Amino acid sequence: MDDTFKPSRRAFLRGSAAVAAGTVAGAATANSPDPLITELQDWASYTGVGVDETPYGMPISFESHVVRRNVEWLTASPISSINFTPIHALDGTITPQGCAFERHHSGAIELSKPDYRLMINGLVDQPLVFTYDDLMRFPRENHVYFCECAANTGMEWAGAQLNGVQFTHGMIHNMEYTGVPLRTLLQEAGADISPDKWVYVEGADASSNGRSIPMEKALDDVLVAFKANGEALRMEHGYPVRLVVPGWEGNMWVKWLRRIEVTDMAVESREETSKYTDVLEDGTARKWTWEMDAKSVITSPSPQMPITHGKGPLVISGLAWSGHGKITRVDVSKDGGITWETARLGKQGDTKALTRFYLDMDWDGAPMLLQSRAMDDTGYVQPTKAQLREKRGENSVYHNNCIQTWYVNAEGIAENVEVS
Amino acid sequence: MSKSPNLLLPALGGTALVLGVAFGVMNRDYAADKIDTLETRVEQVNAQASAAADKAKAEATRAAELEAKVAEIQANAQAQLLNASATQPAPKTDGRLGLGRAALPEEIAAWDVDVLPDGRGLPEGSGDVWTGEEVYVENCASCHGDFAEGVDNWPVLAGGFDTLGDKDPVKTVGSYWPYLSTVWDYVHRSMPFGAAGTLTPDDTYAIVAYILYSNDLVDDDFVLSRDTFLNVPMHNADGFIVDDRAEQEYAEWRTEPCMENCKEEVAVTMRSVFLVETPPEGGSNSVMNHARTVDDLPTFSAAGPSFIPEAAPQPATPAPTVTKAAVSDGDALLEQGKKVFRKCSACHAVGDGAKHKSGPQLNGVMGRAMGSANGFKYSDVFQEANAEGRTWTAEELAAFLAKPKAYMKGTKMAFAGLKKEEDLTAITAYLESFTE
Ligand code: HEC
Ligand code: HEC
Repeated sequence: MDDTFKPSRRAFLRGSAAVAAGTVAGAATANSPDPLITELQDWASYTGVGVDETPYGMPISFESHVVRRNVEWLTASPISSINFTPIHALDGTITPQGCAFERHHSGAIELSKPDYRLMINGLVDQPLVFTYDDLMRFPRENHVYFCECAANTGMEWAGAQLNGVQFTHGMIHNMEYTGVPLRTLLQEAGADISPDKWVYVEGADASSNGRSIPMEKALDDVLVAFKANGEALRMEHGYPVRLVVPGWEGNMWVKWLRRIEVTDMAVESREETSKYTDVLEDGTARKWTWEMDAKSVITSPSPQMPITHGKGPLVISGLAWSGHGKITRVDVSKDGGITWETARLGKQGDTKALTRFYLDMDWDGAPMLLQSRAMDDTGYVQPTKAQLREKRGENSVYHNNCIQTWYVNAEGIAENVEVS
Repeated sequence: MSKSPNLLLPALGGTALVLGVAFGVMNRDYAADKIDTLETRVEQVNAQASAAADKAKAEATRAAELEAKVAEIQANAQAQLLNASATQPAPKTDGRLGLGRAALPEEIAAWDVDVLPDGRGLPEGSGDVWTGEEVYVENCASCHGDFAEGVDNWPVLAGGFDTLGDKDPVKTVGSYWPYLSTVWDYVHRSMPFGAAGTLTPDDTYAIVAYILYSNDLVDDDFVLSRDTFLNVPMHNADGFIVDDRAEQEYAEWRTEPCMENCKEEVAVTMRSVFLVETPPEGGSNSVMNHARTVDDLPTFSAAGPSFIPEAAPQPATPAPTVTKAAVSDGDALLEQGKKVFRKCSACHAVGDGAKHKSGPQLNGVMGRAMGSANGFKYSDVFQEANAEGRTWTAEELAAFLAKPKAYMKGTKMAFAGLKKEEDLTAITAYLESFTE
């Protein structure tokens, strides 16, 4: 597999050969018999790998390029940094844990279940300490939710920057969580749950990342989760216990959750003042911008997923999501937003979870400006970059949910661009 | 779906039964001698039959009602399935389950150290600007610079006043942070990076006083304590508004979108600044995109692209190689050492291409002269050690790493020390494995 998203020679050659072949109508023809079929292959003769080889399976070596990747110069140190989910190479909606993006402020820590403690204190009748085993005895729920870093697509405020959907949109993952509703734990401690109260949540790592959540949200759908996609959370996602704050920015999904404090005001921690506030054009900043607005992106074709088969049937595929609810519709444009067609949703949209969309087309080999535009069940329509900039300027860093454009040339190679 | 026939059966079955009884009564009465008159019976039977028919009618209506109700329930269930993920909510626990145990006051005191904007949560203590400078230079300057100006890519803590509306705003404690509580709280809990939670309240008061002084927010005779805390004017205290996207954006953007002829013409105005290579060993390399002119690209209208560009000659790319993940070194001690090194890696690098970070790169450190890494600016005590010709042995290293500040008085290595003997052994073995 060639992973350079510079137009590659191989991709180009394959592309043009297919374009030439595409002039012949109907199925392609073979000139000589395919040795993969006519000759006895090793794998059809020798025996394969036994069941004791991999007690926990990894993807086959051919898929070793489908991994999280970081961009070194983005941050001062890989310990306080980010990497990106290879969304270009995934399909469906569930993100495997092993390639789901990471963002740490002081590195990922190894915290065992026996060493795990969760404290709940503040405005409660009885401050409590739970062990991991205690948590397992509360009634639990399963829900699929996306988790998106507020800085996803943040580079693109300044124009088209990095050539790859993994890097422009890869700070997102979507998993099925198992956990205890936060409200259950608040109730257990006899918390003051009046609507003017806040819940401050804090992690056990050295950054002690902490965020304030208004009581209304805390009582709504927040989960204290210990499983993702059926298995234990990975270290890098907060093993053994993390917070899940559906639809809200990823920084609030505190990992290695160690403390829940009921307070009468927002703590105004570093992560909700210095960071995760959005500077507007005139220099004032918005704070408490928690919800992730509706957004979508075409994952294929995209710079890392060129069209290599030439003219003919082409599957356009992408992801859409909204922190306000369900995705109800996704439109796709092939001409930079002049004409739109409604795409097919892979499955009816889930609340605050990724929705897959497809547009199946017959590509004539002409260049395209591909865009997608999501709508959610509040009627909100994903804005263009120009609309966003008009409201906020270019310095908000966070919450860039603009319509993304890929220029696809006649060879099927895609590039991140901005359009008029 | 399967639910509805089951629900309706009792109702319909009931009607059939009533009719059956009515006809049964009729037959038996025909055979009997004690009939008053045939008419009476017929009348009676008629009456019964019509009563039964009425009942049947009523039941049919009721059945229809039930059917509607079932449809409604099913629709609701369907809606719920679509709304929430496909799970039923956990049962409501009105009472408590009695799980967990009471938190002790000492435990709460140890963990509940956050400070609120109004100063609640601040401990006893105080610190002045000059003490702050000393503690700061020792613990913080290696990354944030002597004057909080930031070294390399590490965060800048001072300056940037009135740049927030500029093209490139400089957001610092001075120019951006609205609350002093945040500075105290964050420094106390999360810094220094790699040794969080080791600052005493007095040190924290002093460092924060120094950061304020570096930002010209207080004079050099300022002493920070609980009492003076609320007197410090934060420059950007009024610079924030609560999320107003609902009014500013949602109100406008919740409209039916355009589907056709939405624009006359579309042109590419900017191409990707960086191409990104994704090598098989992981990570990524950003390379400038040299094909950045937009003139070679077609414009688009409803009729399609204005032209189809010629294919540009493509640079050859090396044949891809699939590399297996590096076989992990079986040596448990080295593995252990690698883990311990995580405590160091905020400041030190080892291995191929290791560069200086806030601490020197440590390839070949064992046996090398102290304070001798090229291009690294050591503290005085390290320069002296170097002048005296001291070199790193396993013993010296263990003693240094156990208590850096005690062993090398005045070192700028802001690291609390390794407490466990086995960690010291492991890190020594690990560092020995990296030769120059
Ligand atoms: C080894 C390098 C290092 C040292 C030493 C260090 N810091 Fe930091 N500091 C960092 C990094 C990295 C961050 C950003 C962390 C993150 O991404 O969450 C940071 C963030 C900060 C911030 C927040 C900056 C912002 O704009 O949000 C403050 C304030 C700060 N440090 C103060 C201190 C003080 C005071 C000390 C000394 C007691 C110190 N630091 C020591 C690396 C360091
Ligand atoms: C917060 C940053 C920081 C951390 C964490 C840290 N160091 Fe250092 N280290 C430094 C600095 C800065 C120096 C230079 C000391 C001086 O000049 O006073 C140094 C110096 C050293 C030296 C001397 C190198 C030479 O060239 O003489 C060794 C060895 C060393 N560190 C090992 C470690 C090890 C092992 C760890 C982890 C267990 C560690 N350090 C953790 C910052 C750090």
